[in-house]
Amino acid sequence: MTELNLSPGDWLTLFLHFASLSLLSVGGAITTSTDMHRFLVDRQGWLTDAQFNTSVALAQAAPGPNILFVALMGWNVGLNTGLPWAPAAAMVLAMVGIMLPSSLLSYATSNWSHRNRHLRGVRAFKQGFAPIVVALLVATGWVMASATGRTLDHWPLWLLAALSSLVVWRTKLHLLWLLGAGAVLGALGWV
Amino acid sequence: MNSITSVQPRPQTLTELFLGFSWLALQGFGGVLAVAQRELVEKKRWLSRDEFIEEWAVAQLMPGPNVINLAISLGSRYFGWRGAWVAMAGMLAFPLVIVLILATVYAQLAHLPAAAGALRGMAAVAAGLIAATGLKLAPALKINVLGKPLCVLLGVATFVGVAWLRLPLAVVVLGLGALACGLAWRRLPA
Repeated sequence: MTELNLSPGDWLTLFLHFASLSLLSVGGAITTSTDMHRFLVDRQGWLTDAQFNTSVALAQAAPGPNILFVALMGWNVGLNTGLPWAPAAAMVLAMVGIMLPSSLLSYATSNWSHRNRHLRGVRAFKQGFAPIVVALLVATGWVMASATGRTLDHWPLWLLAALSSLVVWRTKLHLLWLLGAGAVLGALGWV
Repeated sequence: MNSITSVQPRPQTLTELFLGFSWLALQGFGGVLAVAQRELVEKKRWLSRDEFIEEWAVAQLMPGPNVINLAISLGSRYFGWRGAWVAMAGMLAFPLVIVLILATVYAQLAHLPAAAGALRGMAAVAAGLIAATGLKLAPALKINVLGKPLCVLLGVATFVGVAWLRLPLAVVVLGLGALACGLAWRRLPA
């Protein structure tokens, strides 16, 4: 892609976008990745579809919290500007944005909710959000699978996603085997 | 909940806390929950199983990355705000370096069809993993106070709104979430 030219306002927008999603990321930041895609790829054009998917896939394949896909998205936005200092700066802005609000809230409430876990309001929050959290995870998988192609000629990818979902759901096979199998199938050009 | 007969182990220093969470994070390929349970409950015994489930429920229902929330919650319990920072840093520091190395290596190889294909295959698997996490959690809804029909309705509405209609997440989470919490409040005994 051609080199991005980000104004100071754009840097602020980048930070604010992630910060605005932070408190919405109930069930993990990955559930807000649909909104990140809408913003970073569709609206601003700061990332290509391929870069977006690469960020998610690499963070998923690597050890550690999946939240690191946000670090990679920031890194890639920075790379697209062509400036040497930009990848690290954009990565820090994205990570601080996505983590600071939720972490402060988590810190403030973790002890409180532990002490007050029998309160009706605390229980209503937990119970009410449970079905939404579960559905968000499935929806996120759907959006990620469709990012590679919604059409029927991509059916092997859909089949692979569906099969790995089934295996994870029903067996205790280590996730690394599945990711490895996906890599081999992809490298051979089968999916 | 706490065992009366034995003293529960806990990290003695901030360094131990940092290394504990680093070691946990470095084993967590494709997700940290399973490893967190094994390390914190079975190996280090910083938490009993009951405590872990409780902590996890809160960490999961709070916004933000679940494992980071768990780290903040545990770290702050042992060492206050310093503990929260140290546990979070432990969770992120080494994995961040690794993922940046991976991204840099991949960028060199991205022009190769095989490398692009491999990542495409891994992305499809990753999509499946996330969907499966949702499916694995679904049985927990059986005992939800909202009851099965309402849970299914709310779940389907969430899925359609996010996956098919591509509505902004705020609209779905805040709208349906407020409705669901209100319904749950009414059904819970005071």
